[in-house]
Amino acid sequence: MTPSVKGCFVAESTGFTRRHFLTVATFVTGAAGAAATAVPFVASFKPSARAQALGAPVTVDISKLEPGALLRVEWRGRVIFVLRRTADMLATLAKDAGLLRDPESEEPQQPPYAQNEHRSIRPEVLVVEGVCTHFGCAPTPRFEVGPADLGPDWPGGFFCPCHGSKFDLAGRVFTGVPAPTNLLVPPHRYINDSTILIGSDTGSS
Amino acid sequence: MVRRVVIAFALVAGFAGGAAAQHEAELEPANNNIANTASLQRGAKYFVNYCLGCHSAQYVRYNRLAADLQLSEQQLTENLMFTGEQPFDTMAIAMRPDDAERWFNVAPPDLSLIARSRGTDYIYTFLRSFYVAPNRPTGVDNMVLPGTSMPHVLWPLQGIQRAVYVTDEEHGGAPVFDRFELVRPGELGVEEFNEVVRDIVNFLDYISEPVKRERQQLGIRVIGFLLVFLLISFMLKKEIWKDVK
Amino acid sequence: MASTEADVFDRLGRGLSALGTWIDDRFPMTKLIKEHATEYYASKNFNFWYGFGVIATVVLVIQLVTGIFLTMNYKPSAEDAFASVEYIMRDVEWGWLIRYLHSTGASAFFIVVYLHMFRGLLYGSYKKPRELVWIIGMFIYLSLMAEAFFGYLLPWGNMSYWGAQVIVSLFGAVPFVGNELAEWIRGDFYISDITLNRFFAFHVIAVPLMLVLLVVVHIMALHEVGSNNPDGVEIKEHKGPDGKPIDGVAFHPYHTSKDLVIVIVFLILFSAVVFFAPDMGGYFLEHANFEPADPLRTPEHIAPVWYFTPFYAILRAVPNELIGVALMGLAVLLFFFLPWLDRCQVKSIRYRGWIYKVALAGFAITFIALGYLGLQRPSNLVARLSLLFTILYFAFFALMPFYTRIEKTKPVPTRVTW
Repeated sequence: MTPSVKGCFVAESTGFTRRHFLTVATFVTGAAGAAATAVPFVASFKPSARAQALGAPVTVDISKLEPGALLRVEWRGRVIFVLRRTADMLATLAKDAGLLRDPESEEPQQPPYAQNEHRSIRPEVLVVEGVCTHFGCAPTPRFEVGPADLGPDWPGGFFCPCHGSKFDLAGRVFTGVPAPTNLLVPPHRYINDSTILIGSDTGSS
Repeated sequence: MVRRVVIAFALVAGFAGGAAAQHEAELEPANNNIANTASLQRGAKYFVNYCLGCHSAQYVRYNRLAADLQLSEQQLTENLMFTGEQPFDTMAIAMRPDDAERWFNVAPPDLSLIARSRGTDYIYTFLRSFYVAPNRPTGVDNMVLPGTSMPHVLWPLQGIQRAVYVTDEEHGGAPVFDRFELVRPGELGVEEFNEVVRDIVNFLDYISEPVKRERQQLGIRVIGFLLVFLLISFMLKKEIWKDVK
Repeated sequence: MASTEADVFDRLGRGLSALGTWIDDRFPMTKLIKEHATEYYASKNFNFWYGFGVIATVVLVIQLVTGIFLTMNYKPSAEDAFASVEYIMRDVEWGWLIRYLHSTGASAFFIVVYLHMFRGLLYGSYKKPRELVWIIGMFIYLSLMAEAFFGYLLPWGNMSYWGAQVIVSLFGAVPFVGNELAEWIRGDFYISDITLNRFFAFHVIAVPLMLVLLVVVHIMALHEVGSNNPDGVEIKEHKGPDGKPIDGVAFHPYHTSKDLVIVIVFLILFSAVVFFAPDMGGYFLEHANFEPADPLRTPEHIAPVWYFTPFYAILRAVPNELIGVALMGLAVLLFFFLPWLDRCQVKSIRYRGWIYKVALAGFAITFIALGYLGLQRPSNLVARLSLLFTILYFAFFALMPFYTRIEKTKPVPTRVTW
């Protein structure tokens, strides 16, 4: 039933090889045409210009953000936490390394400029997605140290009510909780001292 | 009863439309060329300066405009964006439709598709056919759209003209429009002003279908491929059928 | 030792054979392929008139696929519909192409179907034993008209709105129940968001399902009796020693290879329109439809889309609304009865008398003339000509039992000719 490749080149009759060649040529051309035709349809699935516009970077004014205060901003349908950390809060970051799964932020959950102890461009301002890396619930900010329900060792951070995942004040995930990785730091940069552009980092160092 | 009224209305509207058409102003050819990018850039500037105050182009995005008209983002924001929009925004206006209706009797229509619904010749002739009409609230009327609520926005450039009528013996001595006469000159001469209007019309032509040039270019490639495919498949057909008598 | 290349192909071939056998034990795959392709015999002398059925199927596939992708981005509400079409044209990647393919496809469908039906009139394809094929085809035509009518409201342009307004009002002409009927169709007292949403449901799923089913049944009915041909000779009457019609060739690969050429020619013409003239001067995409629906402002000139204008001309030809609607309906329904109106025993126009040739030529001219008149603004001349051609249109059918009985036919050959 299947002509072997060798058989294709044996001239059983000149008609057969010419026909075979033309059949293959037609099939290949047709397949190329079909593939080219499929491209626009597949591409039409991509986010449209409107989706890109709606998902454009958002500017956040932090000039009035008090130390210890948290701002919630929406970008691409996700909650972004902007936290101005106090000196005390920053001090806990060095001390709680032992409680963390990925204290050095080795997993790719942040851009290069946020791969440091404070996981941000400026030490006092944290910009991080308020999306638990377990199943996507919004973690609750728990900045008080050692509350009754979280125990005396709680340095302050974020607690996810869905399944109990814990993150420190740099969004780094604790060991022994369901969430596998640190909270995601979105691309962002400072337009000026009091304005952050979340969603774009071209132009930043 | 209602359906009879609707049918009758439809037929009469058609008839009236037909009747009105007989007295329609003759449209002059716009002769614009959407391949002329410089003209489109000028047209964009005129549009933003003279039209966008009242007429939105709500389906046009600034960033797409910049890309198609070969403008840098800086050129875009400096020349075409005055009220704090973002490049990804559309050319909307601040005027609310109900305010517009109160002020102008009818909300100024969005112009994104005007070149496809009315045609470039219509717009070209319209923008040049305003004339003094002291009895109207705007002080002007338009030979292409009599009773228009639109003021003569371009009067500083065109100047002010009046309509000159002649008596038409063939139609029982009724006055018939003959030509326009400039009463007060504007900043531009006639040809220069026509060029400005042509640029605006060109821009409106472009925004009515930004993808037009791209689709024509793609069409050449598609038909070229199909011709090759036709040749190959025809040869295959002949080969398969060659023994059929 | 056999080369490894040949080995691979051998193994592939044997594997495929095994898979084929496994399927055939559970599903009539090979049987269907044989019955409908490799061992379905159709006449060898098909001319280009015989290509339009395949082309119609291609257009159906184009409409279904592009329709699905349009539905992904279209919003079926009065508030958002018009804007969503512009969204597709400008913001969705390649949306403009999908839209133009669909709008051109709609007009192409009718051009192809009208030519496909004309082939039937030329070669007597509706005659025994193919009456049912013809009737199913007429149901396809009716479904197509419904599909186009529902689809045309969806862009919610000004012509969409007013065209729907006028046509639905025609149902009001039905005696006694007219107004209730029109209201029931609209779901509202006027063409509204409610009407749009239900027309969307009809256009996107209800009628397409029906169309696909009807097309399958249409082809099954055809294959049951076998295809006709330009000579009107029944090829099954002359079989060779192998039991196969001597004037026939297997559908695959003969007609598949020939149809591929015809389809590509069609795609070239189709692409020329899609890429260079999608508006077609306002006949495929009407100027007034680039303005959003406005219940307070009728377009200067309401006309249905070009493929409905022959019947619209008949509707307008008579001053009485009820009679006009009845005549319009009758004009379409008469096609159903062609197999019985045509009394001539000879199928193909090649062997029929001059009377039928004149009648058919006249009918073609009449149909085109009515189409042209349906596009024009009403006037005395248009009204008079419409009436004249309406009379000629009905004469073609009404007088057919008489002139087809007396026509002098030529002897029909026993074998097909080229």
